[in-house]
Amino acid sequence: MFNLTPYKIGTLLKTQYSNMMEYRVEIALWAISGVIPFFMLNIWTNNGLNDSLGISNIMLSRYFLSAFFVRQFSVVWVVFTFEEDALLGRISPYLIQPIHPFFRYFAQHIAEQITRFPFALIIALFFFIFNPESLWFPSIGIFILSLISTFFSFLIQFLIQSIIACFCFWTEKASSFEKLIFIPTLFLSGLLAPVESFPTFVKSWVYFTPFPYLIDFPARILSENNVNIFSGLCVQIIWIILFFIIFLKVWSQGSKKFTAMGL
Amino acid sequence: MNIKKYIKVYKLFNYTSLSIELEYQVNIFIDLLTAIFGLSGSIFLLSIFFSNTKDIGGWSFEQALIIQAIYTILNGITNTWFSPNLTEIVKYIREGTLDFVLIKPIDSQFWVSFKRISPTGFIEILLGFVILIYCFNINNITLNIDSLFLLFLTIGCSISILYSLWFLISTTTIWFVKTWNATEVLRSFLYVGRFPLNSFSFPLRVFFSTVIPITFITAIPSEVILGISTFWKIILEILVSLTFIISSRRFWIYALKFYSSASS
Repeated sequence: MFNLTPYKIGTLLKTQYSNMMEYRVEIALWAISGVIPFFMLNIWTNNGLNDSLGISNIMLSRYFLSAFFVRQFSVVWVVFTFEEDALLGRISPYLIQPIHPFFRYFAQHIAEQITRFPFALIIALFFFIFNPESLWFPSIGIFILSLISTFFSFLIQFLIQSIIACFCFWTEKASSFEKLIFIPTLFLSGLLAPVESFPTFVKSWVYFTPFPYLIDFPARILSENNVNIFSGLCVQIIWIILFFIIFLKVWSQGSKKFTAMGL
Repeated sequence: MNIKKYIKVYKLFNYTSLSIELEYQVNIFIDLLTAIFGLSGSIFLLSIFFSNTKDIGGWSFEQALIIQAIYTILNGITNTWFSPNLTEIVKYIREGTLDFVLIKPIDSQFWVSFKRISPTGFIEILLGFVILIYCFNINNITLNIDSLFLLFLTIGCSISILYSLWFLISTTTIWFVKTWNATEVLRSFLYVGRFPLNSFSFPLRVFFSTVIPITFITAIPSEVILGISTFWKIILEILVSLTFIISSRRFWIYALKFYSSASS
């Protein structure tokens, strides 16, 4: 359907990986900028906010560490790259290549995650040095399941951002849409506070949005808090299919609008 | 130094960058929504914290809201004046266009720090003041001339610390070429400025008052409003902000010696 061969995938990943390795300091810094969950954890446990929720300090610290990991491997920035490429006219050569341009960005993200992995591990190591009592090793099954749901979370965010990126065809500047979408992602995904701590009037509708499935759900799997894994994964798949269909529609409409800039 | 010339140039900067920004009117509308949602999100988070407890680090919800208001104002100032310019520095250095700034008969730090202005932060500043006035109401605070003066003084110091932090980090680009993400690290650390410092554990409190002086940025102005700030804290804030401003200037001049242009 997309003209993909294993050879093309391999080449894309290899070139993007070496590109990312060039800027490994930048990626390390980026990994550090994701430490907000740890500050939040500090506020929660230091003020005993979790007592009335019935979550122990250890479970909460595992939750926030997992949230950190999930966030690290589901960061998406495709709209910013695409906007720059569109404004500078770099999209034109990509469009005539016999491969969908978004695979290039997709490979970029995967390569970045591979580069980021050791840095995230180092940060986790420091976390365990300061909080040795929260150390745990998830079983292989749990680990694989959380890996899958993190990847699904990444896919959902990648598709949402790709849809927003396609708005560039109409408005030229789409990154402000992304900033708007980022606000609910930040506050409703469970990065700053577990979704179960939300007031009931928010909890009643928040599970109908994709946001809790971006961080809260994978983090709960990884930290072994109780969660319905099967139904969660199903909901993630439904969102992926939905956004994928929207993306294909928006892309086919938008790329017709494209008037080569630059070149 | 010719002040008149600088004022004239600054007016022209504002004129050109505002006309660039107003090209994208939809964006401004979306930024307005983003600012409103962002603020409601933060208040939502605060309300989650306070639904489980009466006070965080000795601050009640009404008092913590003051910190939120100060943070919002300062964040608006950052988004209007600091971040659009200082993220540009990275671009100047990477593409070698800093050459053209350096040969101009104007101070280079002035140019790189004030070239751009982005109207999106105005909304945040406005919202911050609205919350602040609301806080005055619910906390029954009446400001007299003295405390008003101290408030402006401490907020002025906070602004100069913020500027220096942004500027110092952006300047390191001269050595590391691509440090766009370093500003992201700063941004995420500044995020904790919207919570009372006492709500963190002791080691983090030390970290936030020495390594990155976030405590000075929002905590002291809020304490001034509540009338619980001590004299030595205000003196300390003035000293810290002076140190930051002077070192940002020194560091820029020092860093320029290592600037070796790109391609041109």
